[in-house]
Amino acid sequence: MAERIDEEQVRKVARLSRLELTEGEVEEFTGQLSAILEYVEKMNELETDRVEPLAHCLPISNVLREDVVKESLGTEKTLANAPQRDEDFFKVPKILDDSFGA
Amino acid sequence: MEYKVIVGLEIHVQLCTRTKMFCGCAVEFGQEPNSRVCPVCLGMPGVLPVMNKQAFEYAVLVGLALNCEIPGFTKWDRKSYYYPDLPKNYQISQYDLPLSRNGFIEIPLKSGRSKRIRIIRAHLEEDAGKNLHSAGNYSQVDLNRTGTPLLEIVTEPDLNNGVEARALGVELQRIVRFLGVSEGDMQKGQMRFEPNINLVISRDGREYRTPIVEIKNLNSFRALERSIDYEEQRQLAEFLESGKVIEMGNKTTRGWDDQREVTVLQREKEEAHDYRYFPEPDLVPVELDKRWLEEIRSGLCELPITRQMRYVNEYKLSDYDAGVLTSERAISDFFDEAVKAGGDPKRVCNLLTQEGLRIAKERGSSIAELGIKAENVAKLAGLVESGTVSASASAPIFMQMVETNKDTWSIVNELNLIQKSDAGELEAIVEQALADNPDAVKDVTSGGKKSKKARGFLLGQVMQKTKGQANPKVVSEILTKKLG
Ligand SMILES: [Zn+2]
Repeated sequence: MAERIDEEQVRKVARLSRLELTEGEVEEFTGQLSAILEYVEKMNELETDRVEPLAHCLPISNVLREDVVKESLGTEKTLANAPQRDEDFFKVPKILDDSFGA
Repeated sequence: MEYKVIVGLEIHVQLCTRTKMFCGCAVEFGQEPNSRVCPVCLGMPGVLPVMNKQAFEYAVLVGLALNCEIPGFTKWDRKSYYYPDLPKNYQISQYDLPLSRNGFIEIPLKSGRSKRIRIIRAHLEEDAGKNLHSAGNYSQVDLNRTGTPLLEIVTEPDLNNGVEARALGVELQRIVRFLGVSEGDMQKGQMRFEPNINLVISRDGREYRTPIVEIKNLNSFRALERSIDYEEQRQLAEFLESGKVIEMGNKTTRGWDDQREVTVLQREKEEAHDYRYFPEPDLVPVELDKRWLEEIRSGLCELPITRQMRYVNEYKLSDYDAGVLTSERAISDFFDEAVKAGGDPKRVCNLLTQEGLRIAKERGSSIAELGIKAENVAKLAGLVESGTVSASASAPIFMQMVETNKDTWSIVNELNLIQKSDAGELEAIVEQALADNPDAVKDVTSGGKKSKKARGFLLGQVMQKTKGQANPKVVSEILTKKLG
């Protein structure tokens, strides 16, 4: 049997996903996520030793496109939904630890 | 006490496809902010990424050049990401089945030696946009770079100092430029290096390992080298003071301060590295059959380090000259073609590295774009070799070849630059020069201090009369015959 999900794990996953949950939600989702895991647990009853891992649920591969430029949206449309803009940039709260970009 | 520096590199290389990895937006550096963006780049609900075939093929080509195994099956994964320069909130990358693994790169070290650095893997992912922090109490986001094909290359920690890390960087840049898959410009962020570094210290028969530090913000080869040298000293001092050694979870990230030439500890959230990868449902896997792989492999060329070694060993060029010739594929290809057309390698090398590169630099183009034919350069090399034209005359001839693209021989004739080596013809001119300058003749024949200088003066007179076309060797011989 899989371990049931506890509230601490739900809080951690919520934090990693930048989600703010109320105490009621934590309790609710703990139950729901545990139920999902238990359901998936049924898979363990099957003999899967000789089954290849599945990378994708569609039985196709190699969906590729040629390297041909298409028109972009343009700056105005791109920024149309932005909550805040600063000239031609999206304006966001100050980012302190840039892990990847810059 | 003894210690050894251990360095592994994580390298990101932007591929120079026309379009982004999953949409048709153009990949262009330096455009107006947010002008190369579409719903896929923006991560709008309902959009679907479609893989750029060229990006995939470029990535495989680099994998082949790095001597990697290329599996016949590769897939895509999502990596959690929470910065606004990738608005989807995840980065499409590769986790357990990368498109290449287990390779190596040979890096040139001093005195013609090389060192093999193992490559753990090279995989494709998408680049993030740019967050700019200079505006004030907020950040600006430009998504033009978002979705640019990015090749991540991870090496084993086989490097032992800053010089080697730099050599690897330069070599990799040369390789991707040779293959034509990236411009590899560090200032433009087309190549980014993140070294992981720590020390293995032996003291009193025991071995200690210092905590691993990852360095970011390196935008030049110089910074790559210096940051590792700096970190070596800093970690050594820290160990001697605190005795701190490697433990689970005590890896830190430090940023390179280019002005002060120091690394600075970067604050990171504790869970920053909990990426929670899972298979990307929006992209199907890629299966690479033998035929396709061979088709990609046909784009592979002799690698720059192999060519450089060949030039040194076979043609006896200096390591420096061989390095200049192999700095770009166009130069190297041109050189090879000229040698194949019969040009003496050393002469061709001199013509290209002196005249060719100078003119190309003045015009801001490459040698290949000058419009000269390799066979004409080979002919010119032959004419210098045989003494038909002088070495100094090769400069104006080369220039004229660029200007007119005429055949070498007709240029030489038009410019009247055939070196006069005919002793009979030159003898008359020498006699004339002797008759015109009796004082100099006297200085030469009376010997002594002034003799050598006067001889040079007479030679100069003959060169002047022949507009530089006399073969100085033949003139010298005639002078010796006449004056002793
Ligand atoms: Zn796009």
